[in-house]
Amino acid sequence: MNITQFILVAVVKIVLAIWLLLTAVAYTVWLERKLVGHIQNRWGPTRVGPFGLLQPLADGMKFIFKEDLTPPHVNKPLYIAAPMISLVFALTSIALIPVGGWVRVAGVNTPLEITEVNMGLLIILGITSLGVYGVALAGWSSNSKYSLLGGLRASAQMVSYEVALGLSLVGVLILAGSFNLREIVDAQSGTFWGVIPRWYIFRWPPQIVGFLIYLTAAYAETNRLPFDLPEAETELVAGYHTEYSSMKFAMFFMAEYANMITVACLASLLFLGGWHGPVAGPAIVRAVLPVFWFGLRVFGFLFLYIWVRGTLPRFRYDQLMAFGWKFLLPLAIANVIVTALIVALRS
Amino acid sequence: MLHLVLFLVFALGCVAGAVNLLAQRHPIDSALSLVVVMGSLAGEYLLLGAEFVAAIQVIVYAGAIMVLFVFVIMLLNAGVEERTPGSRVALLLGVPGMLIGSALVVWLLLERSPTPAVAAGALPGPPQTIAWLLFHDYLLPFEVTSILVLIAIMGAVVLASPPATTKKES
Repeated sequence: MNITQFILVAVVKIVLAIWLLLTAVAYTVWLERKLVGHIQNRWGPTRVGPFGLLQPLADGMKFIFKEDLTPPHVNKPLYIAAPMISLVFALTSIALIPVGGWVRVAGVNTPLEITEVNMGLLIILGITSLGVYGVALAGWSSNSKYSLLGGLRASAQMVSYEVALGLSLVGVLILAGSFNLREIVDAQSGTFWGVIPRWYIFRWPPQIVGFLIYLTAAYAETNRLPFDLPEAETELVAGYHTEYSSMKFAMFFMAEYANMITVACLASLLFLGGWHGPVAGPAIVRAVLPVFWFGLRVFGFLFLYIWVRGTLPRFRYDQLMAFGWKFLLPLAIANVIVTALIVALRS
Repeated sequence: MLHLVLFLVFALGCVAGAVNLLAQRHPIDSALSLVVVMGSLAGEYLLLGAEFVAAIQVIVYAGAIMVLFVFVIMLLNAGVEERTPGSRVALLLGVPGMLIGSALVVWLLLERSPTPAVAAGALPGPPQTIAWLLFHDYLLPFEVTSILVLIAIMGAVVLASPPATTKKES
């Protein structure tokens, strides 16, 4: 591959990935409104396009044309930077997530991700851990009580649950022996006795506990119900984005959904075998099917996210903190110790 | 060539962040400058080939410790730094002192350093190497440090807990 090809391939992949992510964000919002609507015995959006499918587009237009209000009492540089920080870090992490194997297009072999990095998983965790600045700074720079409380809650909650989230992944890392997401996924190919897939939740020692901890911590990391204390509307109006309007608010909104998608992608890659699944048929179908299997898993996680949101009530803040530190964290540490012991005894 | 350019970009970011940290008068601006310093340092580690250390630097320092700094500043609602007559003296003595000190450090590193300079990409990168160094070559210092951290945590708990005589609130 020469330098022109390299740049061309990179640009195409970046544009494609960002377009895919933004579209997925828009339609996750649609899915959420539709699903929560049905859960609550309503219809959800129906007016714009068939099944309300054009609703995200209409919402986007509305956000762009609304007046962008900057309250007079804010710390202006940080107030403007905060939504950008949120969105930039939410969108960046998608660059390191592989969505399938290698493909050959027009004589060029390329992996189905923007770039492959050895420390992929760690770098994704690093990028997502920086996203908390957006929320914290939004809360602080708005110079309003509700925003400040929301920002404080968000930063405490995200730092607390990040520990459990990181430790829940250690079991998988011990089994895989690599931080490279592609290697972790490839170690999960094939099946036991032709039936049970060799995903890490079914392996010995099983990572089902790690998986459940990851799932729970991920809800808290993305500020979703039942852990959406930072924007609890019954207590804090809208939490950290109370003072934001128009596109700046939309940026926080997009960042939240992009983070949900990233978390869902990571869960599929680390615990559920990534893009592995039955593949058959002509060459073009063989190339597309893995991406479809991966998309199906991510969709499943997003569905679960919305289902939980429509079902569970919100935690109280002290319950949230106690649950994170006194239950999830010890459980995650126990999972690490047990997994490490079994692996050490086996080798 | 690219390595050198990137090194200079990150080094400039690092120094600019550090200078801004001192120049800013609001604690939250200083804390954010420190985040820039941490991030630029991670970039330098990455350029040297220590990818694991770079990732951990971002996760632990920029992503957790500095968030706690910002959290505390937000919680205490710390105001703008006040200037006293003493701060003028500190400025007059501090800036030349800092310049002399950094010149000395640079001279020592360039002329008297016992270890040769590290080439780009030459530092131990993979986590296996780091783990071997940490849990084999430097096991005792590592464990002693963890006890030190434990003592610090206990000290913080003792300092933060209410005195035994007063009744527990709430």
